Amino acid sequence: MSLLLTEGLGRRFGGLEAVRDVDLALREGEVRALIGPNGAGKTTLVSMLCGRIAASSGRIHFAGREVTRLPAHRRIRMGMAYTFQITSIFAELTVRENVRLAVQRVADDAALELRVAETLACVGLEGRADQRAGDLAYGHQRLVEVAMGLGQAPRLLILDEPTQGLSDGEVAGFVALIRAVARETTVLLIEHNIDVVMALADRITVLNFGRVIAEGAPAEIRADPVVQEAYLGG
Amino acid sequence: MSRALVLHLGLIAVLFAAAFLLPAYHHGNLARIMVLAVYAMGYNILFGYAGLLSLGHAMFFAAGMYGMGLTVRYWDWPMILALPFGTLAAAALALLVAVLALRTAGVAFMIVTLMFSQAGFLVILYFNPITRGDEGFVIPQAARRLAGLDLSDPMNRYLAALVLFSVVLLACHRLVLSRLGRVLVAIRENEERARLLGYDVWAHKLGAVVLSGSVAGAAGAAYGALFGSVGASFAEVPFSILPLLYVLAGGAGTVIGPFVGTAFMFYLRDLAGTVTDAHMLVAGAALIALTLFARRGLMGLVRARWAGWLP
Ligand SMILES: Nc1ncnc2c1ncn2[C@@H]1O[C@H](COP(=O)(O)OP(=O)(O)O)[C@@H](O)[C@H]1O
Ligand SMILES: [Mg+2]
Repeated sequence: MSLLLTEGLGRRFGGLEAVRDVDLALREGEVRALIGPNGAGKTTLVSMLCGRIAASSGRIHFAGREVTRLPAHRRIRMGMAYTFQITSIFAELTVRENVRLAVQRVADDAALELRVAETLACVGLEGRADQRAGDLAYGHQRLVEVAMGLGQAPRLLILDEPTQGLSDGEVAGFVALIRAVARETTVLLIEHNIDVVMALADRITVLNFGRVIAEGAPAEIRADPVVQEAYLGG
Repeated sequence: MSRALVLHLGLIAVLFAAAFLLPAYHHGNLARIMVLAVYAMGYNILFGYAGLLSLGHAMFFAAGMYGMGLTVRYWDWPMILALPFGTLAAAALALLVAVLALRTAGVAFMIVTLMFSQAGFLVILYFNPITRGDEGFVIPQAARRLAGLDLSDPMNRYLAALVLFSVVLLACHRLVLSRLGRVLVAIRENEERARLLGYDVWAHKLGAVVLSGSVAGAAGAAYGALFGSVGASFAEVPFSILPLLYVLAGGAGTVIGPFVGTAFMFYLRDLAGTVTDAHMLVAGAALIALTLFARRGLMGLVRARWAGWLP
């Protein structure tokens, strides 16, 4: 059964069709990579999934229920978590307070602080827990963003270019982290770093000019001439 | 016991001791400051924590005051009923205003609340035969009784003000350290992020307006009962600006800031009055100085410099 299913999903911005006619089906438990050149419509697509922006056409089903018109917070409560491409954290609050806000919705008082500490340790930020989040280096702010996603213990974790701005070492840590998370969580990952994609994805969906141009296992996608022309640069 | 709780209980203890130590003049001032600080604490819930700037809180203060005053004047209600009724009237008004005003945000929210408040002021004047809005009316001394105590007596009045102040201060302390309080701060800091953590932003803002309006209403009802007068001047625009000034001076988003700001502005105005008639000029200058040297208010400065734990 699909955890997430879209039918003919589309979004226009004035005359621009940023996403058109996308049918996507995510199996429970898989790691799906969503790739495509800049401006392909990846962020627009996942923003429709989580309800951050409204769809112009088509339908979205999540966990067996149609959610196309459901407000974002209700979808999140059903088990989606979304991490922004443009880092969106509570800059004035500490790292711990950021993560606590993510965790407190899903944890009772007895478990709260422990779960916060575990989540911080997951992304390696336990040493910076009491720093103001806005004072962290960019890469660490990305990790706060990821920690807020993980802290919600979601069924579907949507990550929009999470490794942007991370060092090589941090990227390796991130790959290990998502591998561990993926044992319990379905992951939809937008990613430009092709090594990360190949290391993590069970399947890959390729978007170009708002349309799905290919979908398949990593080896198939790598070999697909259409994809190579559109994205991998031939 | 946390440091914050020690601080807040300590303040209550000092104010209690002051009841028996202060000379009459300051004793009277402090009773008034405590009630106005309740008004400011109510304002701070919305402005300091949820991040919504209202320019219409006088309507909630006045709703509490008139809810209490009219039921006492026309139906001879005892204070034990009239005070909660005033608070309830303010809560109902806040709910109505919230549902309409929360369609807007930012500057539009400021203007909409200002307009509602101005409409409230005009309603009071329109029904002048009933409200005596223009000149106000006096709550007779016989009606100013609560639990057998004469509220017009200075000591009783002070202690009644202290009880209300303490309840609201400790409730705010609880609120801002609770899950709910943290979500309000999250909405103030980054509304979209809060929504995408699964929080119903609109419902939280609605709750914040109603809570904030209710506390302002309780302050209005208490003010009328303790100081004996009810009038439309409490519904005018300057009275909406007042809690904003108090909160800005004392430190928005701190539990103790509204009290500090109220006391500071009250005495500043008092002191200025002894040297010049232009006390608003002095108040303005003080605010400019604060924005230059303590942009987050006095307690905001204390928090940034010395006490990061201050809630
Ligand atoms: N809010 C918006 N208003 C207008 N155009 C937008 C908006 N968001 C995205 N777009 C446009 O939609 C297209 C897809 O953008 P986006 O989804 O961000 O692509 P990607 O994430 O794949 O780089 C781009 O041409 C972009 O300029
Ligand atoms: Mg993007």
